[in-house]
Amino acid sequence: MSPKKILNARQISTILHRLSFQLIEDHNNFSETVIIAIQPRGVYLAERIMELLINDCDEIKFGLLDVTFYRDDFRRSEKVLKANKTKIDFSIENKTVILIDDVLFTGRSIRSAMDALQAFGRPRAVQLLNLIDRRFSRELPIQPDYCGTQVDSRLNQRVKVCWKEKDNEDAVYLFKNS
Amino acid sequence: MSDLSVNHLLGIKYLNIKDLKLIFETTDHFKEVINRKIKKVPSLRDVTIANLFFENSTRTKISFELAQKRLSADVVNFSSSSSSVKKGETLIDTVNNILSMKVDMVVIRHPSPGASVFLSKNINSCIINAGDGTHEHPTQALLDAYSLIERLGQLKNKKILIVGDILHSRVALSNIFTYQKLGAEVMVCGPKSLIPRYIQSLDVKVETDLLKALKWCDAVNMLRIQNERMSESYFPSIREYVQQFGLNKNILDGLNKEIIIMHPGPINRGVEITSEVADSSQAIILDQVENGVAIRMAVMYLLASKLY
Repeated sequence: MSPKKILNARQISTILHRLSFQLIEDHNNFSETVIIAIQPRGVYLAERIMELLINDCDEIKFGLLDVTFYRDDFRRSEKVLKANKTKIDFSIENKTVILIDDVLFTGRSIRSAMDALQAFGRPRAVQLLNLIDRRFSRELPIQPDYCGTQVDSRLNQRVKVCWKEKDNEDAVYLFKNS
Repeated sequence: MSDLSVNHLLGIKYLNIKDLKLIFETTDHFKEVINRKIKKVPSLRDVTIANLFFENSTRTKISFELAQKRLSADVVNFSSSSSSVKKGETLIDTVNNILSMKVDMVVIRHPSPGASVFLSKNINSCIINAGDGTHEHPTQALLDAYSLIERLGQLKNKKILIVGDILHSRVALSNIFTYQKLGAEVMVCGPKSLIPRYIQSLDVKVETDLLKALKWCDAVNMLRIQNERMSESYFPSIREYVQQFGLNKNILDGLNKEIIIMHPGPINRGVEITSEVADSSQAIILDQVENGVAIRMAVMYLLASKLY
């Protein structure tokens, strides 16, 4: 069955603008807030948001977090979990951290990310921003603070977020029974 | 998704180029981890590892143990001097007894070449060779190559020299396999009596004049004379060895180029290398030690993911 397009480029652009305005509204000039993108797919979303924020704010601390070594499915999945680069060259002590990932599914990556964050300090608060919230698939009590759109999907379906930089178009697809 | 082609790390001989690249890539990430304020990740928290050292070691043992602790593994240590080996127990019995206490992975150092290969065939566990006699010392070779790549970018077509007791060195053999797999040319240099006869079959250059060899190379690995493995005399005197094969500042200054100096430790200062050279900026000896922890974390992480 062919995949269903949930969001097109225009809709994504509208959502990104809305999310950026919400962030600016809540976090002012970002002096006490840092943005951390979750590797690998959260980085594209975070970079887009950063582009929009940078117009209104002078300097925003931005980091990349890889959660591979903190995952709870190590040795439980068939394949080796391959790591990506982590780059957080500032302290998150007493800062508000906004974690950014493209799709919120079971919540397990975010749990790992919160675990991983502890190595970089004790944040004042941690918030979550997602483009897609697959709201009926959660396995842990984790919800986004900033959400692009909610998608109702079954466990055997797959949501893929495509970005111009990587996949030649901005779009979100729902694949059935993959 | 990439995956190691082996279930044990017995020697570099058994690895392919993809394995080496995967190990180095994973090491990059662990190097970042061990430079954080909190240097620990929970990856191996349900894995138990036994370190079996049937031979003395400082660096390798501490390095493995630190790597295991930074991966949150549970660790048991064993050294033969304080064990029932002294009461006549065989290697297989010793290891099987330890494994029946639910150990997932075994790091072994043993004076007999092939001890780890032998264990992997007779024992149902993941084996990591931490040095088996004069045979191989794979994690040392991996960290040597990783440290060199950090300085040189890559090893393809680079010229690497190994000086000293090639005959008794497991580091030399693992080094040769690693460098060749990464596309480098290798030369060995030392007294003829300390160069093994099989060296011809490894496609390695041989040189007995240290100065000529140094002029040829981009990096040199200085090895120690392994007195503990010598039952007879292989060269007239230490003094004569130092004169012919010792690395000092004068020789280096006469080269007109800056080569990288490595040493796997322990150093015998004033024998194979002078203090001045060992502590100079050309020497990457302490980088090697730092990278050792990250390399061993990567190896154990990748092998542990194959345990079920």
